[in-house]
Amino acid sequence: MDAIFLQILNGLDKGAAYALIALGLTLVFGTLGIVNFAHGALFMLGAFCAVSLNKLMTLSTKVEDTSVTLFKAYKEQPYLEIWFPDMGHTLIEYSVPLSILLAIPVMILVGIAMERGLIKHFYKRAHADQILVTFGLAIVIQEVIKAYFGANPIPQTAPEILSGSADIGSWLGLGQNVVYPWWRIVYLLFSGVVIFGVFAFLQFTTYGMVVRAGMRDRETVGLLGINIERRFTLVFALATIVAGLAGVMYTPVLPPDYHMGMDFLVLSFVVVVVGGMGSLGGAVLAGFLLGIIQSFASMTEVKAVLPGIDQIVIYLVAVVILLVLPRGLMGRAGVMDD
Amino acid sequence: MTKDGKFDFSRRSLLRAGAATGLVAATPTFFMRNAFGAEFRNNPGNASEVKLGFNVPQTGPYSEEGKDELRAFKLAVKHLNGEGDGGMLNTFTPSSLKGNGILGKKVSYATGDTQTKSDAARASAKRMIEKEQVLMISGGSSSGVAIAVQSLCQEEGVIFMAGLTHSNDTTGKDKRRYGFRHFFNAYMSGRALGPVLEKEYGKERRAYHLTADYTWGWTQEESMKDTTEQLGWQTVATVKTPVGAGDFSQYITPVLNSGADVLILNHYGKDMINSLTQAVQFGLRDRQANGKNFEIVVPLFSRLMAQGAGDAIKGILGSTNWNWSLQDEGSQAFVKSFGAEYGAPPSMAAHTCYVQTLLYANACEMAGTFYPPEVIKALEGFKFDGMGNGPTEYRAEDHQCFKDVLVVRGNQNPTSQFDLLQVVEQTPRSQVEYDWKIFGGELGPYKV
Repeated sequence: MDAIFLQILNGLDKGAAYALIALGLTLVFGTLGIVNFAHGALFMLGAFCAVSLNKLMTLSTKVEDTSVTLFKAYKEQPYLEIWFPDMGHTLIEYSVPLSILLAIPVMILVGIAMERGLIKHFYKRAHADQILVTFGLAIVIQEVIKAYFGANPIPQTAPEILSGSADIGSWLGLGQNVVYPWWRIVYLLFSGVVIFGVFAFLQFTTYGMVVRAGMRDRETVGLLGINIERRFTLVFALATIVAGLAGVMYTPVLPPDYHMGMDFLVLSFVVVVVGGMGSLGGAVLAGFLLGIIQSFASMTEVKAVLPGIDQIVIYLVAVVILLVLPRGLMGRAGVMDD
Repeated sequence: MTKDGKFDFSRRSLLRAGAATGLVAATPTFFMRNAFGAEFRNNPGNASEVKLGFNVPQTGPYSEEGKDELRAFKLAVKHLNGEGDGGMLNTFTPSSLKGNGILGKKVSYATGDTQTKSDAARASAKRMIEKEQVLMISGGSSSGVAIAVQSLCQEEGVIFMAGLTHSNDTTGKDKRRYGFRHFFNAYMSGRALGPVLEKEYGKERRAYHLTADYTWGWTQEESMKDTTEQLGWQTVATVKTPVGAGDFSQYITPVLNSGADVLILNHYGKDMINSLTQAVQFGLRDRQANGKNFEIVVPLFSRLMAQGAGDAIKGILGSTNWNWSLQDEGSQAFVKSFGAEYGAPPSMAAHTCYVQTLLYANACEMAGTFYPPEVIKALEGFKFDGMGNGPTEYRAEDHQCFKDVLVVRGNQNPTSQFDLLQVVEQTPRSQVEYDWKIFGGELGPYKV
């Protein structure tokens, strides 16, 4: 029972990351009709917003280690900690959550620049062209990050108060071995808030209503005198923010490196397809569903019966779902049917 | 010929004719000692320069390690050509190196990108052999890659001086006559770690293994399992994890309910960084199990990789091939040269690549030729010192180097950005030696 509960938590946590990335992908596909293979790179850029802010906050004076004579070795002491001992330490400790404040404007700018500078020229081009150009862009972004930050993962830590594990077992009357990292719980809650925010924006605001109408029938909305293109640009920016924030908050879980976006991209596309192309609800549902299935498939008991199932289960489930429901879990008729 | 038209051979004349024929046949090798079968792959002939091929990960997740390997190769070439301060050329014994290239020919190099993918590594090695005419291939940061390239080099008749490869298979079941490994292996890690684990954690432990699902992981798990079970530890479970899994939470949570009190992470590179970071986040190091502190062991540590795990490595035990903090003359000479050239200490990958280049060059000098079978014979059984890790031997039977192995611990209080690993013990070579037959495999022929 304890093991099953923990795997559900793992699945939800993993699914939260998939869902956040897939949500952005679906938003872009549903509004602009663009298959954006650079979306994983946006997730990675968000993570590197956290790395950049941390580097900025830990700009340091170097105290040379005189015991080393064959090359220059030194220990760093951040200026923030020298100038404001307690406050500085706390600020550095909270650099990951604080990065959200940096990531939002950065991702908006990146999103607008990307859409206006490149993506808009591919609105009416074949999906294959879109995939090629966005995949190329992803590689360029990756290489730029690698050139500047190197290829090795760069560890980011959660604030001290959230760095341990929560004793969930004692809260719920389960076993003492049911513990879960605080930061992963925070990530799960954060994902819920972001997903709810996006849905609320689209569902309960006039702006969102127009966007939804545009997703259904772009031409008719345009005939009503609404500049749907401009709104879609902002939707693209919204998708980049969602991907960026997902990346920022994931850094304490997975030390970021230049390739982390690609690692998530393929799985996220599977999530989008399983959820149904263009369906926001489907993307979120599929994200959590596949996350949970993947976690259960990794259990020792399951692997003992089906060795290696953890490595292919997502794709197996995708095949089965698409055979039974060709448009995915919540796909609409007419979207990518041809 | 006799009158009746028949040949008339006396025994004496037959012997004379045989001796004369033998003398004529032997003359080329007699007077041209260095021309063993003039035709061998990429024979430099009378050229004034020889080219070596450095096949390292220049892109992909191991590219930082690849960069460091390349730095070491360039430094080795410089030293071989008599430039710079000479580095380990000054400490390496017995050495036939003169600082005038190899056999009087200036050394140059070509580079390839393995991308840490077997097919890409084979393609870049093949390109260097066929297009760049390299005499030797070296480098790499993965056992899968090393085994693939080693096999290619055997087919091509080009010597392969492996870079970082730790699987038992490289010099075990997949060994090749043309392949040589200076780096230690998984078995040696297990043998070195055993006594330290016993001393620090006792004889009654229950171990849970998470293992990267490829050749290196399998052999590392097998070696650690053997070692710990010999100590009296129980193995609770051995779980294979996909390479590049990223999130290991679904593999870590079962550890909590398994009754284990030690987690052995048979992971390297990004997998090690992620699994270790996440295991610490799950609070494993703060737990008590079976009345003992829960411990994590990482059998293969690399300083470059340890940087990525941040504070998570502090206090974690593991093993390493070499560390810049070693105080022997050879290590110090190398660290000095490398530090002066690049402003940072070399990694263990850089060390092994530098040493391999010098050893190949020295073997050519010893053999007096670039002809691979003779160079191979010079390397087989070669005993040397002054290259770090004490007296070392390239065992003839499997082309595995035997030397002291370092047991290290993630430093609790590093004094600098490079001071990440603290040497706990320098395990003597005798403790990590084994019968070469236990891993099977055949070296194959000298001539291909």
